[in-house]
Amino acid sequence: MAEAAESPGDPGTATPRPLFAGLSDISISQDIPVEGEITIPMRSRVREFDSSTLNESVQNTIMRDLKAVGKKFMHVLYPRKSNTLLRDWDLWGPLILCVTLALMLQRGSVDSEKDGGPQFAEVFVIVWFGAVTITLNSKLLGGNISFFQSLCVLGYCILPLTVAMLVCRLVLLAELGPINFMVRFFVVIVMFAWSIVASTAFLADSQPPNRKALAVYPVFLFYFVISWMILTFTPQ
Amino acid sequence: MAAADELAFHAEFEEATNLLAQTPDAAITRSDQLTPQGHVAVVMDSGGSYGADDEVESDKAALLQEEKQQPGFWTFGYYQSFFDVDTSQVLDRIKGSLLPRPGHNFVRHHLRNRPDLYGPFWICATLAFVLAITGNLTLVLAQRRDPSIHYSPQFHKVTVAGITIYCYAWLVPLALWGFLRWRRGVRERVGPYTFLETVCVYGYSLFVFIPTVLWLIPVPWLQWLFGALALALSAAGLVFTLWPVVREDTRLAATVLLSTVVLLHTLLAMGCKFYFFQPLPLEHVAPPHQAMSQPPNTLPPTLPRSMAT
Repeated sequence: MAEAAESPGDPGTATPRPLFAGLSDISISQDIPVEGEITIPMRSRVREFDSSTLNESVQNTIMRDLKAVGKKFMHVLYPRKSNTLLRDWDLWGPLILCVTLALMLQRGSVDSEKDGGPQFAEVFVIVWFGAVTITLNSKLLGGNISFFQSLCVLGYCILPLTVAMLVCRLVLLAELGPINFMVRFFVVIVMFAWSIVASTAFLADSQPPNRKALAVYPVFLFYFVISWMILTFTPQ
Repeated sequence: MAAADELAFHAEFEEATNLLAQTPDAAITRSDQLTPQGHVAVVMDSGGSYGADDEVESDKAALLQEEKQQPGFWTFGYYQSFFDVDTSQVLDRIKGSLLPRPGHNFVRHHLRNRPDLYGPFWICATLAFVLAITGNLTLVLAQRRDPSIHYSPQFHKVTVAGITIYCYAWLVPLALWGFLRWRRGVRERVGPYTFLETVCVYGYSLFVFIPTVLWLIPVPWLQWLFGALALALSAAGLVFTLWPVVREDTRLAATVLLSTVVLLHTLLAMGCKFYFFQPLPLEHVAPPHQAMSQPPNTLPPTLPRSMAT
């Protein structure tokens, strides 16, 4: 209950009246309920987003992840100095690429166990342990890139070589010969150069400038070994 | 004021006790007339330091010593200290290993007692892959001459090469280091090399084997020449590095050690040559460049066998 206090009038004062001076003269006889709804647009959107990722259909989830992976593929195919690969890293793309490459590098039937090309496990081990070793190397040399960011970049930059493997398998359907070999050699060389350029575009900035070559050389060796495995693949 | 004088005396007394605590050999003389700030002059021995400057320097030295203490082996920083090299330093060490000179000790001159792990690790990795790839290429060349040889990528050779090279480059230095420490156990003079320095020497000495991709040239005496040259350079580098350490030892021990080192190196080189490099078929009469320019489908008439693909 708000009662106004009678402000004693001072007819003789010459002081100016303060602001809202008349408010204290108002008396309200009953309570006014102060209630209602406060809607803040941001909060409601956040709340809706949180619940939607739980309740959305599986297709939505998969499509969202696939779109993220696809966007990163585009960044690898047209390498620019952008941070998308680094900022939201994910390892789905490298896994897909590694499994595809390892499956394609498998031979149908091997006559002798020892004399064959790389088995699935060998390709897998080379790709993943190679990427881990390069990441550790770059971190030990003083680079400021995180572990999984580097794995993500190295894995995604295998994409050109996977494309080269696809092309090689298609070319191998034709008759064998030196022209066949030259075509495959050219394709693998171009894709190898593309991989190197793409990965150094992302990784080179994170190294101190007097050690860049030390950090880039293992990347070169890694993609060289993968290119070698692709080039020497012969179906039986 | 009396109070101010007392305070000044107290301050001066504190300063004197502090200085005395740090340099126990000093003797304090007090000048007859106090300076306005009331400083105390401390006369020290010849072994001590003068004034307050050296205090700061000794503090700095103490701090630096603390920084130089290695972090524990479970921290990342411990391993980071082994990769503290620049590109130019690595290239300089590689050049030093390629051109050994009798007076130049690799460890003192090039490593400057700061070994790194980058060189040995990546040189061994490169060498393992180069051996496997070159071995595969010789098989390709052999198959072009003699199509009955079955070509396959032979990927298992990568595994074998890797294990061999890494074991050699890490276990042999371990044995060498252990042996040197045992021999020098009693004498506390110039110590032998640390384990990492030995690993570094071995790792960088293996670099000269990487250009053995030249072994692809299918001329046998040229291959043996390249092999002998590489082995000589590598072994010379090792011997010149180890000589200052073993020369104080007995003559017998020194010769045994050096000859064992050279022998192991030779065994590695020969083993790699025989295992990874396919000997080229001898019954082919046409010169190599002619065989390579022909497509594998057509054969020179001197070959008795026909292509079976």
